[in-house]
Amino acid sequence: METYRLTRRDFLRLSAAAGGGLLLGFGLPGLADTAAEGSSAHFTPNAWIRIDPDGQVTLQVASSEMGQGIMTGIAMILAEELDADWARVKAELAPADPAYFNPLFGRQATGGSTAVRGYWTPLRTAGAAARELLLQAAAQRWQVERSTCQASNGWVIHEASGNRLSYGDLAPAAAKLPVPATVFLKEPEEFVLLGRPLPRLDTPAKVDGSAVFGMDVTLPGLLTATVARCPTLGGKVRSFDATAALASAGVKAVKQISSGVAVIAEHFWAAKQGRDALRIDWDAGPNQGLDTKAITAEFAKAADSEGVVARSDGDIETALKRAAKTVEAVYTVPYQAHACMEPMNATADVRADGCDVYVPTQAQTATQDLAMRLTGLPRERVKVHTTYLGGGFGRRGDTDFAGEAVECSQAVGRPVKVIWTREDDLLYDKYRPATYNRLRGGVDAAGRIIAWDHRIAGASIRSQHRRGRVQGETDASNVEGARNIPYAIENLFVSFAMYNPGIPVGYWRSVGSSQNAYITECFFDELAALAGKDPLQARLELMDGHPRHAGVLRLAADKAGYGKPLPAGHAHGIAVAESFGSFVAQVAEVSLDRGRVRVHRITCAVDCGMVVNPDAIRAQMEGAIAFGLTAALKSEITIQDGHAVQRNFDDFPLLRIDEMPEVDVHIVPSREHPGGIGEPGVPPAAPAVANAIFALTGKPVRSIPIRLG
Amino acid sequence: MVRLSVNGADRELDLDPATPLLWALRDGLKLTGTKFSCGIAACGACLVLVDGKPVHSCVTPISAAAGKQITTIEGLSPDRSHPVQQAWIQEEVPQCGYCQSGQILAASALLQRHPHPTDADIDEALQGVLCRCGTYPRVRRAIKRAAELVSQRVSQQAAQSADPMADAARREG
Repeated sequence: METYRLTRRDFLRLSAAAGGGLLLGFGLPGLADTAAEGSSAHFTPNAWIRIDPDGQVTLQVASSEMGQGIMTGIAMILAEELDADWARVKAELAPADPAYFNPLFGRQATGGSTAVRGYWTPLRTAGAAARELLLQAAAQRWQVERSTCQASNGWVIHEASGNRLSYGDLAPAAAKLPVPATVFLKEPEEFVLLGRPLPRLDTPAKVDGSAVFGMDVTLPGLLTATVARCPTLGGKVRSFDATAALASAGVKAVKQISSGVAVIAEHFWAAKQGRDALRIDWDAGPNQGLDTKAITAEFAKAADSEGVVARSDGDIETALKRAAKTVEAVYTVPYQAHACMEPMNATADVRADGCDVYVPTQAQTATQDLAMRLTGLPRERVKVHTTYLGGGFGRRGDTDFAGEAVECSQAVGRPVKVIWTREDDLLYDKYRPATYNRLRGGVDAAGRIIAWDHRIAGASIRSQHRRGRVQGETDASNVEGARNIPYAIENLFVSFAMYNPGIPVGYWRSVGSSQNAYITECFFDELAALAGKDPLQARLELMDGHPRHAGVLRLAADKAGYGKPLPAGHAHGIAVAESFGSFVAQVAEVSLDRGRVRVHRITCAVDCGMVVNPDAIRAQMEGAIAFGLTAALKSEITIQDGHAVQRNFDDFPLLRIDEMPEVDVHIVPSREHPGGIGEPGVPPAAPAVANAIFALTGKPVRSIPIRLG
Repeated sequence: MVRLSVNGADRELDLDPATPLLWALRDGLKLTGTKFSCGIAACGACLVLVDGKPVHSCVTPISAAAGKQITTIEGLSPDRSHPVQQAWIQEEVPQCGYCQSGQILAASALLQRHPHPTDADIDEALQGVLCRCGTYPRVRRAIKRAAELVSQRVSQQAAQSADPMADAARREG
């Protein structure tokens, strides 16, 4: 057992729950007090664990469930240290509350594949503390030494006497004990639940239509709004005529809000008809006339100017001169949309005395902050209720849609749900930044890769509001996946030149690594070819000091039968990437069928440290591969006259079932701290496929989506 | 007033006959299992069965659905006992879950036509139902498992009706 001493930082709070149960949570002092007084039988904010006298264990999940299975994962971690009976465990999505801040962020949000990584220790500690209290309560009841009692599967057992008491029986007494100063965490060998492919807790509600997404929220007197936003990104309303919209059946109000003009109606169809009838005079703003060609030209100029150095080993210029062979390349990646299947939406109910926001969000704290700012209400009067998310992928880390709902509800004094159409969703996304990459590399006469020069130009997410070329400033997310390539190359240079064209950008599943892994892993194959080496061998030769990269590469290659004969016209491509604390290698088997790329199979090896739920890991790898392949093969956002050209799934196509390869996932056993799992499967997918095409055609693939010919 | 037959019940709706069935179901009847995603019949999230056939409710005016039998995800079974739902649970198909009503209804319609679908049948019937989470490998496996579940149920029923004792026991039970 691992001993964990609770410090003041943990702020463990224990209280009696309504109905006599036990309620245990972390919390900041003032807020925890209100939770302790909570008299509602249904809602116990500020607590991770509630145990009712009937034995029901309810766990609060502070992270957003957007498909990654975190509800089940968080519940498994808590239940493991609690030694709860899994059949009696229920998970609920927690409200926004500082008690639930993720230690990795200092706020409540889901992104950066941080949920398991950040909450791992707090959750285990909370579970172990609750178990300790139940053990102490049982020892007192039986008048025996605490050390003679054991916890297992929802029971405390005293072996010598054969006595046993359920957690439900013990909860009221345990709730009256002082919080222990020390708790014992299990060693991985003692895990009963962790590492097992337990069924997801949210599956049943997702096969019968009963899962409530943001889109499905309903409240008495609820109205629905659609918002007309400027067709040119960044433009504003000059004036509008609402006469025809107001005359449209079911329309209740037309109101100008920060993002445009809202048509508020009895139901969605009326709101949409009303919006179609609006007449608005727009001030197009600074992006008028902006297009992809102009943006790319600015990026190219920036790439040729001095960037901010992200890494500089050795002397790149001398090495390039000394090299026996060199190659130069330009790699480009376009803007990408998140295209969550559930379009953006939010519901707000703003009253004089409080505000409730019901929202599929990845950003509880930021949503609460925004609603406080808009309404002037204090934090304790602004409640954020997280629904299921119909996809997130980073898009729902923004709060724009929630702000619209709050403004609409304020404007009409009734609860309002704002619904975005798919066109709204694609036109007003915060896109994955497009980038332009100038690369040079060299190998010496012995076939060693001795020079690697990667100059990135593109928009920064963090600093996007500073338009144009921003000298001397960098953004770590633009160079992630580029500056940390695992190859021992003596002369290695990576820089970033920031140019912000004014197109809104945001975090997109796996962020900088989503494009940099494609660029670096494909350019690596170009250099391996220059050196006359097999791509796998060339990688392994340069991977000293990176055993986890090498481990997943070898495993994926072995399981894929890399190097063994394939059917005629098929080739393997391989790629590896580390992101968010996890390591993933993929081998893609690809053929070209009348100019069309066919990905037959992807063999994936993942090392994400200790495993919470192996089936969730498999599902995330499968899904990440589909997500990566959509960007590699299908979709892109191009800009014309200051807005996206693509409007719906007819011109922003997603991968379809008939295009989905077979996927085999292999998990490396590990005792390392858990890594992220929602994102790390994305980065290797595009380069694995592109490298297979390079192997088939001899022509490097230097831009995605891949267009042959 | 437009009359609709939804999940076996007759419903009356005071809506413009041009209103898409999707919004009549969601906003009029509060059947929110049918999802809005593209609005142009390009993704399949809004699929419902109309007289047993998958139809994009987002582009079907209610006037065109009047007098027909409409089945939504809520009406597929009262208790998730439909073999497709059972297979979906066993294969742990859903991730975010938003597209799953459409996937499940498309799969159940496929199994009506092809009790033992091939991969090509699955591709043809499901390629219009998009999933951004990439649950496709599990959708495929679950359809095959559902086909097995249907065959098992059919053979169990056949065995029971061939066995008079079992038949009697079933009647008493």
